[in-house]
Amino acid sequence: MSEGKKTIKLEITRFDPDVDEVPKTEEYEVPTEPGWKVLDAVNYVKDHLDPSLSHRWSCRMAVCGSCGMMVNGEPKLTCKTSLDEYGDSIKVEPLANFPIVRDLVVEIDGFMDKFKSVKPWIIRAKERAEDMENLNERGTYSQSPDELSAFKQFSMCINCLLCYSACPVVANEPEFIGPAAIALGHRYNTDSRDEGAAERNEVFRGEGTVFSCSFANECSEVCPKNVDPASAVNQAKLGAVVDWAKGLILPRGGA
Amino acid sequence: MVQVSRHDIVIVGGGGAGLRAAIAAAEANPKASIALVSKVYPMRSHTVSAEGGAAAVARDDDNFELHGFDTVKGSDFIGDQNVIEYFVEQAPKELALLENWGCPWSREEDGTVSTRAFGGMTIKRTWFATDKVGFHMLHSLFQQSMRYENIVRYDEFFVTKLLTENGACKGVAALEIRTGDYHAILGRAVILATGGAGKVFPFTTNGAIKTGDGMALAYREGVALKDMEFVQYHPTGLPGTGILITEASRGEGGYLRNKDGDRFLVDYDYGVGKKAELGPRDMISRAIIQEFEAGRGIDDEHGLHASLDLTHLGEAHIMAKLPFVRELARTYVGVDPVHQHIPIRPVVHYMMGGVDTNIRAETDMPGLYAAGEVACGSLNGANRLGSNSLTECLVFGNSAGVHSLEYASGTNEGNEASLRAQAEEEAARVDSLRGSKQGDEKIADLRVEMNRVMEAGCGVYREQETMKIAEKGMHEIRKRASSLHLQDSSKVFNTELVAALELMNMVEVAETLAVSAAHRKESRGAHTCRDFPHRDDQEYLYHTMAYRTEDGPRLDRKDVALGHWEPQERKY
Repeated sequence: MSEGKKTIKLEITRFDPDVDEVPKTEEYEVPTEPGWKVLDAVNYVKDHLDPSLSHRWSCRMAVCGSCGMMVNGEPKLTCKTSLDEYGDSIKVEPLANFPIVRDLVVEIDGFMDKFKSVKPWIIRAKERAEDMENLNERGTYSQSPDELSAFKQFSMCINCLLCYSACPVVANEPEFIGPAAIALGHRYNTDSRDEGAAERNEVFRGEGTVFSCSFANECSEVCPKNVDPASAVNQAKLGAVVDWAKGLILPRGGA
Repeated sequence: MVQVSRHDIVIVGGGGAGLRAAIAAAEANPKASIALVSKVYPMRSHTVSAEGGAAAVARDDDNFELHGFDTVKGSDFIGDQNVIEYFVEQAPKELALLENWGCPWSREEDGTVSTRAFGGMTIKRTWFATDKVGFHMLHSLFQQSMRYENIVRYDEFFVTKLLTENGACKGVAALEIRTGDYHAILGRAVILATGGAGKVFPFTTNGAIKTGDGMALAYREGVALKDMEFVQYHPTGLPGTGILITEASRGEGGYLRNKDGDRFLVDYDYGVGKKAELGPRDMISRAIIQEFEAGRGIDDEHGLHASLDLTHLGEAHIMAKLPFVRELARTYVGVDPVHQHIPIRPVVHYMMGGVDTNIRAETDMPGLYAAGEVACGSLNGANRLGSNSLTECLVFGNSAGVHSLEYASGTNEGNEASLRAQAEEEAARVDSLRGSKQGDEKIADLRVEMNRVMEAGCGVYREQETMKIAEKGMHEIRKRASSLHLQDSSKVFNTELVAALELMNMVEVAETLAVSAAHRKESRGAHTCRDFPHRDDQEYLYHTMAYRTEDGPRLDRKDVALGHWEPQERKY
């Protein structure tokens, strides 16, 4: 376990658009308990020092994806990040590369649109009612463990958006569809039950998508769930090119 | 000014039940407009934290009769048998649909979906996607929901009031958290799918958002909260945080041990028989507390606890079936379950009680429906079986979606001026609360007091005296919650205001819980009274109904729907 109680200094970005023209920093003295995560310290400020502090959090077990923040300049899931990793002074800021709504809360409308643009659902050539020949007696598609493991990793994204904060392309080109959205599209493209790769590859060949990636690999380094979006982007590039080349020979991707 | 929008169905809550309801309604009528209103982005909903699996008959050696009886017995015979029969019959179709929509269920070599053992279930019927089943179900549902252009999302809108006309529900008033603006979101029918209320307790698996909002919304409008005394303690939460360690750990072969290293469920008679670690949650939670009381708990830097031993399963099996358990144990208690025992203790997990509903997910208020943990359709009775609740979200989410749409097509849309006026009034109330220095009660302090009262009075073991203290304590705390002192007067993303409204919801729910508990002088399922240690079918084979009055809940009773499964002694 970690060492005993200590008091740390937490520097937190504060911004209320009703009052402030630009974000500012406030300092708080936080008496911590052994085992605390960064989120616990932020919650302490909210509960005991300044109830006007705004931040998002819920599950505190690294699965709801709400509590991403910059901690000492790096994007972190604050409920998973131990205070022990830091010294007596920690700087907490809203996730980089997103507009700030207030304090530690960022606006993610843009991400939600990008997310939807990759058609993150199973696409089948036939409607379910006409697809019965492919379903077993339990009403499910057959999928082998190997077919499952082909995409499983890319289905583990919790949409915490740390990868967008870390991505140098997102920083320069806000329209870039970004690591999580590409990984999600690729997740469906590699699912043996899906028949929609041609549609998604068309999205991927558009401007500001897979070919904008500079392969800095930052996304995979900060991902708290080991999704490895960088590898998804690389594979998706290949898929989009192959699909495009097929289209040159056979109209409609050969389908 | 209140902004008005109009839909056919308004769904409050974007977790498993809310999303399933939205998809059901959107598919049933592509022309219907479905509003999905949630105080968080749907993928943050607490469904995400469910781990172990979802139950439905899936094997040739299983059938509805077996799943049904396991559920009835688990409920300690106070589940409604017509509801249970409907549930087990609908369950396989619902999980198969999730499969068709992309849920990455774990598989057998032949390509079929795998199932695992779970507590209180006699057959392996729990479908799973390793140990992140809620996460995968939620994301599959959310992503699937995006295909339907007729589902209109209101993300980060906090519903604070149901709008009614002549006793029928016609929409909701909601605070847009980002702007502080108020909205009247009107619909011919409303579905509550807001989840449970674990945060009324201090030590819970539940996320911060589980504040009983939907229960309080319905309760304030005169709808009964049913069977609120039945609170499920999950046997295996991490000390300190209360983070859930899934029952699948035991389904996969894990053991519970005391300080002597003994498997106490095997060595002592706790009523679980040969099921041992696969006994139902209520019994195992009691067994752990009894081990503590017998001086066989482990007391170290994690506090008093028992331990969960997975070491004999081996690294390969743990990584294949329980990788999230390993991640959680390492991250939150610094223990690697491949080599070490995980410290665990019983933790508040699930509310069997909730808004009184029937098989069609209808409440007593015309136009108001409820599904998922917020509802009490009496599937779970006095004790829910693990892995029935994710399936419950789907079965009754679907039921709510379909039936609310049927109802909506035969009812009028209500008088906009009158509904708007109700929303204006609600907006004024909430506005006056924002930054209000009128009272002197601090939100964080009052929340801690509520938590303390509830834990002391309504824990795993209860006594008349302590429940009465909790009843009185919650009555006072509810009164005090009307004089909160707030400091944040900003309209933009004011989480202090949201926390105040959530606290006001929790105190209502907690009071019904304490009062309902003190009333039931027997031991049944999760409700265990030291002074009344036996089940009493003569006196208490009924549902407790709590109706709101200013002076506190008024209790009534409702018959249990019995059927072909006769109540019998619950022994495993």
